[in-house]
Amino acid sequence: MSWSLIIRLLVLALLIAFLVAPESFAFLLQPFTKIGQPAIYDRGTLWGLTLSHLAITFAATSLATLVALGLAILVTRPFGAEFLPLSRSLANIGQTFPPVAVLALTVPILGFGTAPTLVALFLYGLLPIFENSITGLTTLPPTVTVAARGMGMTGLQRLVRVELPLALPVILSGVRLSTVISLATATIGSTVAARTLGEIIIAGLTASNTAFVMQGGLIVAVLAVLIYDGLSALERFFVARTTKGSSLSPR
Amino acid sequence: MIEIAEISKTYGNSAVVDRVTMKVEPHTITVIVGTSGSGKTTLLRMINRLVEPSSGTIRIDGEDTRTVPAYELRRRMGYAIQGHGLFPHRTVGQNIGTVPKLLGWDKALIARRVDELLELFQLDPGEYRDRMPSELSGGQQQRIGVARALAAEPNILLMDEPFGALDPIIRAQAQQNLLDIQKRFGTTIVLVTHDMEEAIHLGDRIAVMDDGQLLQYAAPEEIIARPATDFIDELIGTGERPFRLLSLASIRAAVEPGEADGASISADATLRDAFAELLWSGRTALPVEDRGKRIGRVTLAELKRRAARPR
Repeated sequence: MSWSLIIRLLVLALLIAFLVAPESFAFLLQPFTKIGQPAIYDRGTLWGLTLSHLAITFAATSLATLVALGLAILVTRPFGAEFLPLSRSLANIGQTFPPVAVLALTVPILGFGTAPTLVALFLYGLLPIFENSITGLTTLPPTVTVAARGMGMTGLQRLVRVELPLALPVILSGVRLSTVISLATATIGSTVAARTLGEIIIAGLTASNTAFVMQGGLIVAVLAVLIYDGLSALERFFVARTTKGSSLSPR
Repeated sequence: MIEIAEISKTYGNSAVVDRVTMKVEPHTITVIVGTSGSGKTTLLRMINRLVEPSSGTIRIDGEDTRTVPAYELRRRMGYAIQGHGLFPHRTVGQNIGTVPKLLGWDKALIARRVDELLELFQLDPGEYRDRMPSELSGGQQQRIGVARALAAEPNILLMDEPFGALDPIIRAQAQQNLLDIQKRFGTTIVLVTHDMEEAIHLGDRIAVMDDGQLLQYAAPEEIIARPATDFIDELIGTGERPFRLLSLASIRAAVEPGEADGASISADATLRDAFAELLWSGRTALPVEDRGKRIGRVTLAELKRRAARPR
């Protein structure tokens, strides 16, 4: 087992311990509070907020992946090629709109709560996945795609058996980017009453309680790093599967 | 039999392939040779409709290729390309089994066929079946590429510069392998190359393409002896003509009774090999042996006669 893995497991264990029993870490955060302020957020469990934060991120990213990948597949088919510029500008607009602006625009329509946050994260997450999927699907080795056609695979068979598996690492790195962006951006969802870890940070800011700001920020940061690493490892696994053996040379 | 009639492929105003008509006899190797941009690959790809012809027809055993869906047509033919085009995420066995799987063969039957082909290409099934393509050498990858093309026992095998990426020694082995396989299964092979030497070595018939036109379609002897245009002459290489002619026949054809001194040469070697040996050893005749038995000799005078321009 490598040192980097051990460190990550330790960090994960520490995070879980903090979420389950935050009170036992209170002494570390106490120095950052003003007299009379609590060191640990007390208007909701850290556990609950973290799970809700992850659920919103996961839901938004899954939806973005589904739509972005679907669009990318569509516009890389012969019949959809003419929609490529259009969908590209759509995805770009999604990325250009700051999530705060999306929240401001959607709250009047969807009301306060989780829904506006989901919409903002979904729109914001589309572009990286879309662009990466297009790159992955259009930069396949030409000999492989010609061979797949020459073998007599139908369009669908080529997509499922050859193109998607080979593009998977690149697509996945788009998903990873999107996930981490969503994870961080979800915090602002609390300004419109979504249940995320942003709630702790906002509470800390309004009450000038640095301990709150720190614990909210740290949990999000650690989650982001761990998820980023986890998805990177998954990506490496898929890359290794297709290039197994070319690693005969020492690493 | 593949009948190509008045086939053309045009992009905009330029014809990449211009009204080509030719007939490929069953159980033969036909080599399409030409420089890059001559339209040879386009012509090949129109046979399995990777490129759709702009006009003209192609019939296979009398059946117009446009009457079946393209993917179905392709499953009936083998297709091997330069740089092998193996699926990097599939094992060697899965790669070879691609077309049989598409055709819905039974799993056990596919497995048996995969092992059979690996053995045919001198690769131990136990060792190679479950490897990934990237774990193989260039020559092995190329062999798997051809094995994959042959997996569903097609009558026709299309090959697009299949040996282009190989070094000379591996290339010679691969060519010999192909000739053996063709002899054994009687597959009709259409092969594209830019290398006239390869064309002469492999082809029963050679089709020379230039600028979309079919310049000459004939047996190698005919192409060497009576090139239709100066371009073909150039392609053969004027300095190479007598040697190319000698390389076409085996010594067996030129054996005469009589004795000669020194080391003997196999009757299966080419006349070109005999010529080289004669010059190198400074002799005027070589003893010829067939399966360890002397059957006569081959002389410099006879080779000289055979290397001269046929009339």
